[in-house]
Amino acid sequence: MPNWVDEVEPMTFKGQIAVPYTWWVGDTGSRFLEAIRDQATFLGTRCPDCDTVYVPPRKNCGRCFTALDQWVEIARRGVVTAFTIVRANHPLQPVKSPFAYALIRLDGASVSILHLITKDLARLSIGVTVEAHFKEASQRTGHILDIDHFQII
Amino acid sequence: MDNIAIIGLAQTRYERRKKDKIFLDLVYETTTAALDDAGLTIDDIDNVVTVSNDFFDGRTISGMAVGDAAGAYDKNISTVEGDGAFGAMYGAMRVLGGAGTTLVVAHCKGSEGDTATITNGMFDPIYQRHLGINAVTSSAIQANAYLHRYGITEQDIAMVSVKNHGNAKNNPFAQLPMDICVDDVMTSKKIADPLKLLDCSPVSDGAAAIIIADEKTAGRAAKPPVWIKGMAHCADEYFLGDRDLTNPRSLRQAAQKAYAMAGITDPFKEIHVAEIYEAFTYMEPLWLEGLGFCEPGQGPSLLKDGVTTMDGRLPVNPSGGVLSAHAVLVAGLARIIEIAEQLRDTAGARQVTGAGMGLAHGINGPCGQSHCVWILSKEK
Ligand SMILES: [Zn+2]
Repeated sequence: MPNWVDEVEPMTFKGQIAVPYTWWVGDTGSRFLEAIRDQATFLGTRCPDCDTVYVPPRKNCGRCFTALDQWVEIARRGVVTAFTIVRANHPLQPVKSPFAYALIRLDGASVSILHLITKDLARLSIGVTVEAHFKEASQRTGHILDIDHFQII
Repeated sequence: MDNIAIIGLAQTRYERRKKDKIFLDLVYETTTAALDDAGLTIDDIDNVVTVSNDFFDGRTISGMAVGDAAGAYDKNISTVEGDGAFGAMYGAMRVLGGAGTTLVVAHCKGSEGDTATITNGMFDPIYQRHLGINAVTSSAIQANAYLHRYGITEQDIAMVSVKNHGNAKNNPFAQLPMDICVDDVMTSKKIADPLKLLDCSPVSDGAAAIIIADEKTAGRAAKPPVWIKGMAHCADEYFLGDRDLTNPRSLRQAAQKAYAMAGITDPFKEIHVAEIYEAFTYMEPLWLEGLGFCEPGQGPSLLKDGVTTMDGRLPVNPSGGVLSAHAVLVAGLARIIEIAEQLRDTAGARQVTGAGMGLAHGINGPCGQSHCVWILSKEK
């Protein structure tokens, strides 16, 4: 049986779904983003049952299923717990490769936050200390990219 | 658990781009083929479970759009938005719940969207998505952490690519049968360290379907039923930074539950073949650790020692695995189908001799957040 594509031109139809959203960030997230924007500091929440300190802050502990309402100030400095150096480019990546995605456990936090390391990649390894570099105050909007990158120190 | 079985199955050949088939064609083709395989007609089907993802399909409520092609007219239809192994488990639960014979059909055309953009969408929109992270780059973080923790080399995981692409040569459904060596993997294009192109599964188009039935219905199936002895799933935390990415806790728990359900006490001894969801090379050894086939960190030794090769004690991914065809969502259902073929003794050139009990595995969420484990058997 001949394949139909030999008899008829297989047509394509281009589409582009652009569905706008405006997500309210909620009280927990708003406090976190406001602290980044206004003070260039990190806030986390601590679980009263297991002492886990979450950054970014969570409203309930997934492990204990307990509500979290203790706010903790977290250092700008921490250690890399895992990373990858990205070699390929994609339009959604905010910087050109090579750069690194790193999970960073900030001092005072129990879990790691995902962010970018863009410089000194040859010195990057699990366990190195890094520090957050924020954008200028005038440039900060309450966005995860108000943290420009983490710098190896 | 009551005795239930897979009595019909079908999958398409997986291809990089199926320009001759739309979603509906794929769903209709696999549904019809699964019915033929079972010796049933659409009138024998009581429930339809479709498996699809709105972002991949580029439409909302994508499950409802394929109902007509899945024979759901005048029947109940529901959709699992997640891997097909989870969709199949929901289908099995419909049967166990007394709702009758159930069709589970999964489809995906990775070629029609942009996988990096789509998988970026699974990450938190406020804290993670703007960083541009996706399935590949997040998995690279996990791979790096795993290699670092146990002193595993990139060559060690490259061997998985060599084995599975080699196995795919025996699988007429596979997309990427290849004769390659470790050096080919090592010198393939760098994507995100330590992952190179040949450490990664391809973008694929394809579909798969199974029919699950109770014992009575299974008795009139055209081919020997494949009995479902155990199934379980378990989820870990959502945020990557909350998890120990080198310790698949949720897989361990899912496996233990599935083994207990199947009465398995020594999985290494009792299971003869496994099809597991290795979207990237490092996942095969890591998931084998989580499945309890070896101690943590020992996963790569199983391949080095020849345990998981076709002539080893526990062949893993005789089909070529997900590395050789990765229709997202379909891939977990394909693992179940591959094990069912093994247990029916119909796996052709990829047949594992004497396979009586097999394991199929699917994952959902970034870096294997959730795992689904199936134990299937030739014997009731
Ligand atoms: Zn807690």
